[in-house]
Amino acid sequence: MTGPTRSGLTRGGAAIVGAAESDLGAVAALMSPIDLMAQGIVRALDDAGLTLRDVDGLFCATTQGRTSAMSLVEYLGLPNAYTDSTIVGGSSFEIHVAHAQAALEAGLCTVAVIAYGSTQRTIGRRAASAREYNPYETPFKPFLPASAYAMAASRHMHEFGTTREQLAEVAVAARDWALLNPAAWEKKPLTIEGVLNARKISDPFTVRDCCLVTDGGGAIVMTTPQRARSLRRKPVWVLGCGQSITHASISSMPDLTKTGAIESGRQAYAAAGVTAAEIDVLALYDAFTINTILFLEDLGFCPKGEGGRFVEGGRIGPKGDLAVNTNGGGLSYCHPGMYGLFLLIEAVRQVRGECGERQVADAETAIVHGNGGVLSAQATVVLGADATV
Amino acid sequence: MPAETVSPLTTYIAHLERGELAYQFSPSSNRAVFYPRLACPETGATDLEWRVSQGIGSVYATTVVHPQQGAPYNVALIDMDEGFRLMSRVEDVDPTTVAIGQRVRFRVHPAEGEEPPYPVFTPAEGA
Repeated sequence: MTGPTRSGLTRGGAAIVGAAESDLGAVAALMSPIDLMAQGIVRALDDAGLTLRDVDGLFCATTQGRTSAMSLVEYLGLPNAYTDSTIVGGSSFEIHVAHAQAALEAGLCTVAVIAYGSTQRTIGRRAASAREYNPYETPFKPFLPASAYAMAASRHMHEFGTTREQLAEVAVAARDWALLNPAAWEKKPLTIEGVLNARKISDPFTVRDCCLVTDGGGAIVMTTPQRARSLRRKPVWVLGCGQSITHASISSMPDLTKTGAIESGRQAYAAAGVTAAEIDVLALYDAFTINTILFLEDLGFCPKGEGGRFVEGGRIGPKGDLAVNTNGGGLSYCHPGMYGLFLLIEAVRQVRGECGERQVADAETAIVHGNGGVLSAQATVVLGADATV
Repeated sequence: MPAETVSPLTTYIAHLERGELAYQFSPSSNRAVFYPRLACPETGATDLEWRVSQGIGSVYATTVVHPQQGAPYNVALIDMDEGFRLMSRVEDVDPTTVAIGQRVRFRVHPAEGEEPPYPVFTPAEGA
């Protein structure tokens, strides 16, 4: 089943010109998700050399508010802003990039911000993202989302011989990157044994196979090509976008070892006119260790089933030959519940060359892959430096 | 159009109360549909037929949940021989021994208080 190419969007038809995190980790008491969105927006606009008066498009999502665009419009005092608060879990923000580009190209807005905020560590994960009752799943008490990804891992191990140690390699690589990122939550080294011997969560996962539970938020700023070229930072161009939503509940996922990233990646690569071989930096939504393996396969960095062997020997860590999740990822840097915005922030910084110790040399292209729900909503964005447009 | 008088979930639960695992068959797409719906996915056809499963299937995926308090327990996805998949658990065995490909047989977990009955599975060697 092959979907559209999203060819209505122009390659390089919009650029990301500002990016910033809000406060991360454990934020001040009684901070709200909208506080963190606003803080991220102000910082990202400052990064871009713009102010709130320039903004006429607001894109946002949080699990802690049913009408977050409305709340954000009120908070910022932007009654005439064009708004979109599509929410499909952690990949919402990659989808917002495509929607913001469409709005910019259609003239619905001229400066768009995409924002996220979460205080899930402060208020508790259950309060931050209440699970809807599903009569076909809830009685069995799956520990969601972990159990859904754990079952995908069980299938991958069964079909392809992927091992427990190979899953742990993903967590260790993320940690090694995090140790190079001053903003990362985790500060101590991690070993494969450390992953395997950690507290069990949902087999085959221990707590070290699972993303962090932190607070956090942030924003990126997008604008038109003409405006982008006149701003403070080198523009990071949106070369291609794709999305595929294959299911909502894990019991309805067609094949637990093949994700919608196959289709979303195909769309994004086609629009960008690049292949996996031409990508310098990867930002893959690592909610759980199996994610990175699945997305390396589904986005064409290794054949289906080979992901476990591919990551062995620190290949995706700082000393490896493929730069994956250079900020430390959802596993070791930050994971406030819907991590997709942070993938974009890190990819922008890598393409700009701002990443200090963890900078990938001569990074000109990045793939950003968001994941939402339980491997449900997959969305891919290919970004490029000036040389790519 | 006349209003529906019975929801898909109500019909499903009524079957479970009779000891049956029900699913739907879609003539327009020639395949089983689960969970039960008012319209067939992709075709949109509304002529979905209720059928009762023979109750035999295989474990498609499995995990053991380790709660912070209480004993570990199994959660599994079961592929039924009629061609539909559902979430459930395999009972009567150590949860860590539940294996992908294992044949399993349906039984009803009875209603408890407000909670309606739901389908669970037990090992079915040779089935």
